[in-house]
Amino acid sequence: MRHGKYRFLAGALIVPLTLYGVFVLSPYLQAFQLAFTDWNGVSDQPRSVGFGNFARLWDDPLFLAGLRNNGLMLLVVPLAVIALALALAAGTKGTRVYRVVYFFPQLLSVAIIAVLWQFVYTPNSGLLNGALSAVGLDSWRRSWLAEPDLALWSVMAVMIWSSVGFYVVLFSAAMESVPDDIMEAAAIDGAGPVTVFRRITLPLIWESVQVGWIYLGIAALDGFALVQIMTVGPGGPDNSTEVMGLGLYRTAFTFGKFGYASAMGVAIFFLTLSIAVLLLRVTKRERVELA
Amino acid sequence: MRTKHAVLTLWALLVTLPLLWALMSSFKTDAEIFDSPWTPPATPRFDNWSRAWEQASIGQYLFNTVIVVGGALALTMLLGALTAYCLARYEFPGNRFLYYTLIAGMLFPVFLALVPLFFVVDNLGMLGTYHGLILVYAAYALPFTVFFLHGFFRSLPGAVAEAAFIDGASHAGVFFRVMLPMARPGMVSVGIFNFLGLWNQYLLPKVLNPDPDHYVLAQGLAELAVSQGYRSDWSGLFAGLIIAILPVLLAYVFFQRQIRAGLTSGALK
Repeated sequence: MRHGKYRFLAGALIVPLTLYGVFVLSPYLQAFQLAFTDWNGVSDQPRSVGFGNFARLWDDPLFLAGLRNNGLMLLVVPLAVIALALALAAGTKGTRVYRVVYFFPQLLSVAIIAVLWQFVYTPNSGLLNGALSAVGLDSWRRSWLAEPDLALWSVMAVMIWSSVGFYVVLFSAAMESVPDDIMEAAAIDGAGPVTVFRRITLPLIWESVQVGWIYLGIAALDGFALVQIMTVGPGGPDNSTEVMGLGLYRTAFTFGKFGYASAMGVAIFFLTLSIAVLLLRVTKRERVELA
Repeated sequence: MRTKHAVLTLWALLVTLPLLWALMSSFKTDAEIFDSPWTPPATPRFDNWSRAWEQASIGQYLFNTVIVVGGALALTMLLGALTAYCLARYEFPGNRFLYYTLIAGMLFPVFLALVPLFFVVDNLGMLGTYHGLILVYAAYALPFTVFFLHGFFRSLPGAVAEAAFIDGASHAGVFFRVMLPMARPGMVSVGIFNFLGLWNQYLLPKVLNPDPDHYVLAQGLAELAVSQGYRSDWSGLFAGLIIAILPVLLAYVFFQRQIRAGLTSGALK
């Protein structure tokens, strides 16, 4: 059995490890190096600028706008998605057909969702204003993506729209694994539906909810595709929908400031990591084992 | 009870209405679209679809997507399964180090790698090529695939493999003929997960695939929607949007249970 083991291992692992090393590992490591240079992609020798790029980030109004908007997304989107998904998951108990429908947006590319919603939000011929007029709410018609106070909320609504279904399915699968006799016992003890949900269902499915917080938190720090495709500018109006990823993309591939863009990448990395660790900590609870 | 169903129906409408509206609009003329967003077309205009397919290159984009996603998926599954199997079932020095180095790739946002990755691909002369995208897609799908299948191969019983070795099977033979078939349920789950992830890529092709002849579907459609020159053909764009949605919708109709199970089990890993 031991015959040829190392030859097999070497043959099996050489291609995937090379691929991973060249396209994943080395770019990640190079990004940390580039972040300390002023490389513009042309000069042979990138010049070291120490922490200069990182200091500049704090005076860069565009990056700060992105940081602020991603921060708002982080506060709004995960909470809204989880609350909606929990409510809908509890409601769809026993009626699977809803879940089949709710889940579908999860399968669509963000780019396709962005194009679809750009149409929906179009002021004159879009679905949303058309629907408002149809129910007599003409005064509510807006240029959803052109008004600075509304644009970011319109983008966040799309984020919520596209992710709720996935968490409905995730949470309802977890809810189904809660044994009925526990529920019945609680009901016999006189617990109302709200108490049962808070004291029994939620603790028992908490692991799924925790996963949701972390995934949604990480996703809230992105938003690149939606903003880049849907908004005017993109990132506008008045930088009201600017996100960090868009800033990085523009800095690198429009302005050619690759060193500075890498510093943005490093900042996004540490932010993402901190948010993930923070959410993991905050959402940590005693794990309830079902025998 | 009644409010419960009202709320559930409301969300179902919110999900389906934009899609049905886009479907209806794809059969209207531009004038009809501008005139009233609600009214159905006087006569269904199937030429919107053929215009999107040919003139707007949606057909070409679909073809590109099938090649890139198909190639990347096959490569990811083969390499991912092989790597996960070796790391899960063989003891050798550096095994754990390799495993953690690989799955560390899941921790980093792609934005961090974006700038150097662009130059790596550029230096290899692979910008805007099918094989360049396939290799990059596979490399970024590898960490999760290995992570998911590693646990799966661990949990398989060793007795069957032992028996095969005693019967004189080679290492590769045991993997392909014995272990890989036993890992089928895991392969299906992670395969669905990867397929959708790769099909929906936007950031990577946006940066690494600047050649319009090689645009993938999501990228090409977004490019059409953003570019002002195409603005005049709304109906064609609606048709393109529906063509881009149809393949996943059909897949979902036939495999909806497996798809939901595959995606959610992937998240909980």
